[in-house]
Amino acid sequence: MSDVADRVKKIVVEHLGVEEDKVTESASFIDDLGADSLDTVELVMAFEEEFGIEIPDDAAETIQTFGDAVKFISQAS
Amino acid sequence: MMFDLTGKTALITGASGGIGGAIARALHAQGATVGLSGTRTEPLEALAAELGERAHVLPCNLSDKAAVEALPKQAAEAMGSVDILVNNAGITRDNLFMRMSDDEWQSVLDVNLTATFKLCKGVLRGMMKARWGRIVNISSVVGATGNPGQGNYAASKAGVVGMSKSLAYEVASRGITVNAVAPGFIATAMTDKLSEDQKAKINAQIPAGRMGDPAEIAAAVSYLASPEAAYVTGTTLHVNGGMAML
Repeated sequence: MSDVADRVKKIVVEHLGVEEDKVTESASFIDDLGADSLDTVELVMAFEEEFGIEIPDDAAETIQTFGDAVKFISQAS
Repeated sequence: MMFDLTGKTALITGASGGIGGAIARALHAQGATVGLSGTRTEPLEALAAELGERAHVLPCNLSDKAAVEALPKQAAEAMGSVDILVNNAGITRDNLFMRMSDDEWQSVLDVNLTATFKLCKGVLRGMMKARWGRIVNISSVVGATGNPGQGNYAASKAGVVGMSKSLAYEVASRGITVNAVAPGFIATAMTDKLSEDQKAKINAQIPAGRMGDPAEIAAAVSYLASPEAAYVTGTTLHVNGGMAML
């Protein structure tokens, strides 16, 4: 697994308090990992800080799964 | 000292006015570091000089969109954070409804409601991370009762209440409270200009028989900004001498 994926997974596990093996490529933050809509906003904030990038609101809305996040961040950073 | 705000930072808009100045003094007296915002720099500098340490002057014209967006950042840079936001600044441009221009309507909505929205949004990130925050938006009794000649102002102040409640829902689980304070008639430089006859007419509508003092609004804000008010959110605290019992 790439370095980006590891770092994203660490944030997701810490923030949502889920088991690491639940955080799969297609795992949806809201449907599978128990996030509420505000959690997703906070996750995006945490990603921005971890990777030193800015994720605009319209892009943030497309980040629904762990895989989406890794893909977006890999391209942006 | 009513409450202990030592180590907390507070951004107050409209701090050059009577009520805003009183709010800044009260929060400062309780130990908070204060960011004094307002359009006129001179009274802000004078207030900062009076307060001494823990006071920062942050001039901002809330009609200027770019300036509004920059203010939360400037405040966080000056004070290290914004733990408490008091949206107190407001303007009036009174006119009868049938004569009210689009510009009179829009300029009041822009400053009283839209700037309040933007400043709330601008401080939320830091509050969410800190898992602690207090937002106190200053509404008005006329937001609840209406007032002839103030369709724009009353709409903006009622809007502030609805907005505060919605935001209160969203961030309650993160230790952030959002409340409104709705002053009635408060004695300020503006009301000093009224004639004795006009003042007597106003006082007759108020069960307490007098106008409020800015410090009495500041006391309500101090409570809502305090750690003790953690379980109070989405409410409107009416401070009006009984003029409207809501």
